[in-house]
Amino acid sequence: MLKRVLMAAAATCVVWAADRKFQVGRTASPAEVSARDYSVGADGTGLPAGSGTAQTGKPLYTARCAECHGEQLQGDDKRGYPALAGGKGSIATPKPVKTVGSFWPYAPGVFDYIRRAMPYDNPHTLKNAEVYAITAYVLAVNGIIGEAEPMNEKTLPRVKMPNRDGFTGDTRQQKGRKPGL
Amino acid sequence: MITPASLHFERHHAGVPAIDPEKHELLVHGLVERELIFSVAELKRLPSVSRVYFVECAGNSGSEWRSPAPSVQRSHGLASCSEWTGVLLKTVLEEAGLKPDARWIIAEGGDACLMARSVPVSKCLDDAMIAYAQNGEAIRPEQGYPIRLVLPGWEGNMQIKWLRRLHATPDAMHSREETSHYTDLLADGKARQFTFELDAKSVITRPSGEQQLAGKGFHEISGLAWSGRGLITKVEISTDAGKTWQAAELQEPRHAKAFTRFRLPWSWDGAEVTIQSRATDETGYVQPTREELTAARGENSLYHYNGIKVWRIDATGKVYVA
Repeated sequence: MLKRVLMAAAATCVVWAADRKFQVGRTASPAEVSARDYSVGADGTGLPAGSGTAQTGKPLYTARCAECHGEQLQGDDKRGYPALAGGKGSIATPKPVKTVGSFWPYAPGVFDYIRRAMPYDNPHTLKNAEVYAITAYVLAVNGIIGEAEPMNEKTLPRVKMPNRDGFTGDTRQQKGRKPGL
Repeated sequence: MITPASLHFERHHAGVPAIDPEKHELLVHGLVERELIFSVAELKRLPSVSRVYFVECAGNSGSEWRSPAPSVQRSHGLASCSEWTGVLLKTVLEEAGLKPDARWIIAEGGDACLMARSVPVSKCLDDAMIAYAQNGEAIRPEQGYPIRLVLPGWEGNMQIKWLRRLHATPDAMHSREETSHYTDLLADGKARQFTFELDAKSVITRPSGEQQLAGKGFHEISGLAWSGRGLITKVEISTDAGKTWQAAELQEPRHAKAFTRFRLPWSWDGAEVTIQSRATDETGYVQPTREELTAARGENSLYHYNGIKVWRIDATGKVYVA
């Protein structure tokens, strides 16, 4: 009996060791993971609770974003701050203007980037509802949603971006052939 | 072949963070058997490797699409090559135990913009590293101190500096840096997405733009070649506007996905001349001319420019962009 128990224990140890070879690093608690998890997927996975409209977003944009991106979301080429609106129909021309409206394929990416990196001079200071509101304002100025449409974790992933189908994979590499241009 | 760490190019989207290495942690979570947190000291306890790889910004040579720049610094300055020391990413991911449905790893940095990119699991389990040292010293703050991702041969932007989080997911994130930026817009309005590898490339560094030849007679033509797909197998040089090409000598040892120095002895007769180099890598890919590249992609791709760079030397020995 004792022998059998010892053998079972040894077998368990072997599996355990194979699972985790070096036993280095500690287990992350669910609270630690959720506090650090900033990922938002194109399908809206990871979007937090909160909601905002373009109407509530406009004064926030004016206070926190317009200094660099301009009152009309026109950007500032001289200082290197990109336009957030406009450029419609320009992407296939010799002078493409890439904006949220003309180029970005997924609306959740707008929320993700604002929450992750904006405002440039003071990132991570906007509440989630404020990020939703500014996202809604940028989408509304681009004519993609209405001014009163609430943006939240359910509605934002459903927004169809105009350039959604404007992307291909890496066409340099064709199977069985050397890489091309 | 090795760039001194103090001369390594710098590109960061939101400044250089000041990180306390005693407090810095790496979280591994998502589609893994065990969600784990590693301190820097714990990462250094794991089996280590040292390997020589270049890092090149995907936007290096971006100005060349429209108007070729006058010097190597301006046209090719966003590329450097180092010996990186760290732990293979595979080792860390195996410790956490990747689940079968994990297809991508989202890597995130601890800088002000929390730079994040999605990396296919296949690359993570191949040659990717979490590096903590560069050329025998700690990685410098501008290069990601205390830890950074190294993805040999792939866009510099993906090689997340100040690495703080690895998130195993079924899909890519399609973040701003992999949709609006770091996609290659073609003339027809379609943009290529997830173009990770950097194509074979070379540039003559001596003589090159803004330099001055001392006079007629012997000069060594020398430069650097690299490919994100492996070894450089050949570099050819033309001193007659691309009509004929001569093989240059390649400095050994050569490393895959690293700078390779090339050299060709040359005698200048004092007449105006153009010089250019053309690299071939182990896949057989040959570096294209600027004309071939723009014919395939237009002039608005911004990223992944690897066209042949042509220098013109005038009768006084002054070197210009052709």
